[in-house]
Amino acid sequence: MLEIRGLEAGYGLTTVLRGVDLSVPAGRIVAVLGANGAGKTTLNMAISGLVKPRAGSITFDGRRIDGLPPPAIAEAGLVHVPEGRKIFPNLTVRENLDLGAYRRARGNRARNMDRVFATFPRLKERARQFAGTLSGGEQQMLAIGRGLMAEPRLLILDEPSLGLSPLLVEEMFALIRRLHDEGLAIMLVEQNVAQSLDLADEAHVLENGAFVLGGAAADVRADPHLQRAYLGL
Amino acid sequence: MGFPPEIILEAVLNGLLTGAVYGLVALGLTLVYGVLHIINFAHGALLTAAMYAAYVARTALGIDPYVAALPLAGLFFVLGYGVQRLVIGPASQGKDENILLVTLGLSIIVENLMLAIFRSDTRSIDVPYAMEVVEFGPALLSWPRLVGFGATLAVGVALFLLMTRTATGKAIRAVAKERTGAALVGIDVAHIYAVTFGIGTACLAIAAALLLPSFYVSPRVGNAFVLVAFTIVVLGGMGSVVGALVGGLVIGVVESLSGLYLGDSLGQIGIFLIFILVLLVRPTGLFGARA
Ligand SMILES: Nc1ncnc2c1ncn2[C@@H]1O[C@H](COP(=O)(O)OP(=O)(O)OP(=O)(O)O)[C@@H](O)[C@H]1O
Ligand SMILES: [Mg+2]
Repeated sequence: MLEIRGLEAGYGLTTVLRGVDLSVPAGRIVAVLGANGAGKTTLNMAISGLVKPRAGSITFDGRRIDGLPPPAIAEAGLVHVPEGRKIFPNLTVRENLDLGAYRRARGNRARNMDRVFATFPRLKERARQFAGTLSGGEQQMLAIGRGLMAEPRLLILDEPSLGLSPLLVEEMFALIRRLHDEGLAIMLVEQNVAQSLDLADEAHVLENGAFVLGGAAADVRADPHLQRAYLGL
Repeated sequence: MGFPPEIILEAVLNGLLTGAVYGLVALGLTLVYGVLHIINFAHGALLTAAMYAAYVARTALGIDPYVAALPLAGLFFVLGYGVQRLVIGPASQGKDENILLVTLGLSIIVENLMLAIFRSDTRSIDVPYAMEVVEFGPALLSWPRLVGFGATLAVGVALFLLMTRTATGKAIRAVAKERTGAALVGIDVAHIYAVTFGIGTACLAIAAALLLPSFYVSPRVGNAFVLVAFTIVVLGGMGSVVGALVGGLVIGVVESLSGLYLGDSLGQIGIFLIFILVLLVRPTGLFGARA
């Protein structure tokens, strides 16, 4: 569904991604793992059009999307829930969700909002509250809920469990599993390596802007390099 | 300094009326600042251009400024949209210091264009209601200023509805605080910037039509109003729409009262005292977010 070939990208004079290849098949969870600064977020930004690729190709559903502006990519159903949430603090929870359907699925807005509220009852209680006053965990729920409002075909989640309490992390992974069970393709960027490997079909390890390891999640888990560097075994 | 109370009341009321239109000028400035995070130095020149447009509409086409206000707002919306989309946006390449220079350059071009077309004469239009007054209890209120007050109020309500009820309005507010998140939900940020700039210039066009019956036009007239508008924006809080309107009313009253007590030529001193006082005591303004 998503095919990335030879992707290079960076900021100014620095190159961050040095030839990345990745595919996310329909209906699968693909985990992207890697240390801080490896380039995971840059990869997501390049996929959604916020960082212009310098070389390589990105294909979504058979259509080239590299070089397209972010709204066009979102419109195609490639929805990115970014690191740091990036919710609209000066808008209410309901308005944030409304804007999730700004470019896609506008007609189904009411139905999708009910579904998001069913998934996150906390958001329903706080529908009229300004998003900036939500707790960190609630803001993460809102960011995901806003993404779901667009009826994504592929959902990119950049560190959804960052800053959540252990209990909420569990809930977050349970939610991702549920979305997957409903057939959604997910690209999951995570620091929680063990839990991500449990959940994902495939995993890839990014180091210094290139993938050094990748394959079925079980194989990646068994790899000695991964165990040493990321699981501390 | 014993003025009879009805004179003071009249000064306060007329100050409120004038201040509303000042607030309208400030509204465009504060909106653009709040969303694009730039200070638009072309604001004054665009106001001048709008006043000349209303002047031409009256003198060449015989259209009353109040009738011309809405069509001019539409015209200036398109103009502002185009200027941001085609000139300021591309020329600035995302760097704020470039934007300052671009808007400054734009103001020089527009001012000189006005100077070339209309010479440096001060002009005014002749409308039958220019000197008309309305009795309000013991006070006499200027009819053009009363219209200006009502129209500003209407613009304020329209803008409030736009910002809270429409997808575009929500997108504007979203872009103001979170550009990345906005782009990711599919908001075209460059388009929203241009729309915001266009709304700001449309406010100027309406303000111009409201000011024309009681003020002279000259190639630099906009700057005088924008200086006042800057004070209003600082007083109301940078980026606050409500602050601009309330600040406008306050400044209008201050100007009117200091004109009464200090004489017309010193009337603006009160405004600049306020400016300095706000910066000293409450730099975030009345409605500004705390830094
Ligand atoms: N806007 C930017 N301008 C310049 N350099 C940047 C920018 N954003 C990221 N970088 C650099 O690019 C490199 C990769 O950053 P990136 O955010 O992609 O890493 P990451 O894998 O997501 O890390 P983390 O796990 O900490 O989120 C880092 O060295 C970072 O300093
Ligand atoms: Mg990251």
